[in-house]
Amino acid sequence: MIAELGQFAIIMALLAAIAQSILPLIGAERLDSRLMAFGSQASLIQLLFVFLAFGCLTQAYIVSDFTLVNVAENSHSTKPLLYKISGVWGNHEGSMLLWILILAVFGAAVAAFGRNLPVTLKARVLAVQAMIGVGFLTFLIFTSNPFTRLLVPPENGRDLNPLLQDPGLAFHPPMLYVGYVGFSVAFSFAIAALIEGKVDAAWARWVRPWTLTAWTFLTGGIALGSWWAYYELGWGGWWFWDPVENVSFMPWLMGTALLHSAIVVEKRNSLKVWTILLAILTFSLSLIGTFIVRSGLLTSVHSFAVNPERGIFILFLLAIAIGGSLALFAFRAPSLKAGGIFSPISREGGLLLNNLLLSTACATVFLGTLYPLFMEALGGGRVSIGPPFYNNTFVPVMVPLLLLVCVGPLLPWKRADLVGVLGRLKYAGLATILAILLAWYVTEGGPFLAILGLGMAAWMLLGTLSEWADKIKLFRAPLATSWQRMIKLPGSAWGMTLAHGGLAIAVAGMISTSVWKVEDVAVLKPGETISVAGTDYRFDGVRELAGPNYQAVEGTFTVSQNGEFMTILKPQKRLYNVQKMPTTEAAIHSTFVGDYYAVIGDQVEDGGWTVRIYREPMVTWIWFGCTLMVLAGFLSLADRRLRVGAPAGKRKQGKREQKSQRNAAA
Amino acid sequence: MNKKILFTLPLLITLVLFGYFFWALTKPGRDPKILPSVLIDKPAPEFNLVALENLGVPGFSRTDLTSNGKVSVVNIFASWCVPCLAEHPDMVKLGKRDDINLYGINYRDKPEDALKWLNRNGNPYHRVGRDPKSRTGIEWGVYGVPETFIVDASGTIRYKHVGPLNPGDLEDKILPIISSLQAQN
Amino acid sequence: MRGLFLLTAVLFLFTVNSNPVKAFDPDEVLDDPALETRAREISKEVRCLVCQNEPIDSSNADLAKELRIVVRERLVAGDSDEDVKSYLSARYGDFVLFRPPFNTATFLLWFGPLLVLGVGGIGMFFFYRGNKKLKVANPLSPEEEARLNLLLDKDNKTKGSDSGEAS
Repeated sequence: MIAELGQFAIIMALLAAIAQSILPLIGAERLDSRLMAFGSQASLIQLLFVFLAFGCLTQAYIVSDFTLVNVAENSHSTKPLLYKISGVWGNHEGSMLLWILILAVFGAAVAAFGRNLPVTLKARVLAVQAMIGVGFLTFLIFTSNPFTRLLVPPENGRDLNPLLQDPGLAFHPPMLYVGYVGFSVAFSFAIAALIEGKVDAAWARWVRPWTLTAWTFLTGGIALGSWWAYYELGWGGWWFWDPVENVSFMPWLMGTALLHSAIVVEKRNSLKVWTILLAILTFSLSLIGTFIVRSGLLTSVHSFAVNPERGIFILFLLAIAIGGSLALFAFRAPSLKAGGIFSPISREGGLLLNNLLLSTACATVFLGTLYPLFMEALGGGRVSIGPPFYNNTFVPVMVPLLLLVCVGPLLPWKRADLVGVLGRLKYAGLATILAILLAWYVTEGGPFLAILGLGMAAWMLLGTLSEWADKIKLFRAPLATSWQRMIKLPGSAWGMTLAHGGLAIAVAGMISTSVWKVEDVAVLKPGETISVAGTDYRFDGVRELAGPNYQAVEGTFTVSQNGEFMTILKPQKRLYNVQKMPTTEAAIHSTFVGDYYAVIGDQVEDGGWTVRIYREPMVTWIWFGCTLMVLAGFLSLADRRLRVGAPAGKRKQGKREQKSQRNAAA
Repeated sequence: MNKKILFTLPLLITLVLFGYFFWALTKPGRDPKILPSVLIDKPAPEFNLVALENLGVPGFSRTDLTSNGKVSVVNIFASWCVPCLAEHPDMVKLGKRDDINLYGINYRDKPEDALKWLNRNGNPYHRVGRDPKSRTGIEWGVYGVPETFIVDASGTIRYKHVGPLNPGDLEDKILPIISSLQAQN
Repeated sequence: MRGLFLLTAVLFLFTVNSNPVKAFDPDEVLDDPALETRAREISKEVRCLVCQNEPIDSSNADLAKELRIVVRERLVAGDSDEDVKSYLSARYGDFVLFRPPFNTATFLLWFGPLLVLGVGGIGMFFFYRGNKKLKVANPLSPEEEARLNLLLDKDNKTKGSDSGEAS
């Protein structure tokens, strides 16, 4: 019964979405306020039904209703409750429904929070948002229905892939999807603006919180995914340039560019056409990301089951969405008025350079991900594109970007004096040189480029900090004044400092762990000790244990340094009962300077066990830095002045609008 | 005016891109998991494989591909390979012909397991060579089991099929290639 | 904090240099550390064919293990790194290498990023040139002029709050 209710709900949601994608558009054209207001109501109705459908599927998973194909293929009655729920989105159909749910939530949020949006813009945004919904609901109903019944239900299900039965991966897809789908709002705003023929500072301010939300969640989702790969795949890596990773990274790079270029629109009413294009491309890349994973075009460890029929369907959806919006862009964008002008050395110039480098980086990842397909199409045979390619192309593009991360925010608008700005970074520069010397000393003249890389991270961090100190006049005014200035700093300023600082910390972690990672492997019998990077790991033996739906062998290692006890590591090797699939559960002891990482392998003939030990210097810095970036996103979102529809902020906002209009007039 | 062209550039690039996607998805038989061989139309590699003891057929080497003027079908199989069982009837059909050589490379297998498997299902191969460490397999560019090669009488690799022969594959792909290679001689 | 970092960093980094890198499986390790290091580097760039997107260096597959041994045998026999790679690509195609070879078919791949950067840079150049023309047509308003002077003159003092708003 519950499945039929879910089936009914998705059909009702589709009908609501169809009405929502047509009526408000007509209303906006005819200035009919009733039709325009219908957009908001319809978006809430649509959300209600999608939510109901999602609830039905979740319920089916919780009670292990194996009369549903989807549940039978991806769940099992002995699975812990958390993974029964996460199993809802651990498969193609369910994840598609989650995607649509998030899309509907964003649509309803625009309706609910966009009270101060111009009515025509709001109606058009909601209509465009609903069009995306129509596309994916149709796709769900016709090719990927999660509510299909089985005529003869099996006794039990086939279980979820054991690799996915992990807390990190339970929350990774929802976060990633909030990121992907969040960019749909920026996309809808861009399309609505193209229809209206008007982009201004106010438009940029309305889009900003949505882009920021999407960016924040995407950052979190990618970080969570790489963390999962680090501890679950069991060989200490955290990024593999796998197609699935790349397709989440591309919208991130483009979205980061969008976040920066929107500032120029907001403050200076310039770069409007470019920002609109970025908004379209960012969401298009999110769509292509969804598409590649599901179509079977490229192979990847993480991809869902391949189905060419679905692939063709999504391809048409994407062709309509992306092709249509770019056609509209080609048609309407030339009539958008150019805004404020600026010199190459200026805040705007800096942000534009940031955009150029980020777009190039994104294009590099795009080429690397899709080039094998192009070559095949041209009859050039099959190639693999892996880390060596990205190290030689992506990294050189990122280096100047990272170096300039702390310079840009110091540049004044319109025209700047580069020498003066660099002068303000002299202390940061001196401290960076010290940091490089220190790194050189500590690593005994280790790899030259790696030391420069660490210096670059130090420069980013110190430069960002000195910009912050500059802002609050630290040491140049009485401390009380600095304090006052500091607590008055707007959330967005804190957000920038924290995000750039977090990036610096993450970069330091990436460089250190890539260059100075130590690994060793040995066959140990209980009581034997292996020494890796100055740390002793005594193997104390194994014991067998049974989990809720798996059998495991757990090894115990006593870790000590210079004879001093440090910690105990208990890595596991699991065999899941249903899919008979082994997984490794690494044991990790994290410290500020690095991780102690142990993996237990198979037993060999003479009774010893294969063990792998990794020493990952500063690896947690990567995720600490990413956490700071996520935090920065939320801080920036909390900025009252920029919150959409915040009543208390209205007065100020009005003032700022006037100011930007003045700028625009100039 | 040329500014307008600039604005259509993103659209044009996207259309080309989608053209490629469409091509890739609709091209019949395209499977990104199958890797085409680079050894097609190249001479078969040098190798020398020992026989599977007690089977009653000899092992074989590179010279056996060219010694009798017949087209050879070289099949990579193993007892642990489930799909191999599926294509076994096709191998039996091929093994009954005496105008071709049907050679089996026993890939990463224990001899006793392989012997048991062949005794149970019947041995269709004219010669079987053991490749316990897949070294000969590597020479042939083998990455999965089963794989089937067709080698002409001069020892040149002409065709490679990855995975089991599905119903129809023998009649539609393998046999026509054998016939055309025989006609060339 | 810094001191602690330095101390621990010194502790573990010293041992890094004295510890030769080892292979994935204990029984594969070569006695010559220099050869072993080369073998590891090559293994990281060779794709495991049965795992789709993993280097043989970290793969558990049988074929990956065999290929690791093949790589080591060829190095012991005196092959150069390039010889080993071309040995593998002659049998499995360029697909087996994670670093695509540089040739006419991959030209666009290797130079694509530079091309994008160049085209973007040219676009930026024309954008600024157009700006310059506009500037002559629309001189700054007196208000903007004043603000600009303020910014340029008292660079350090007046800027704080302004840049704060901007991110």
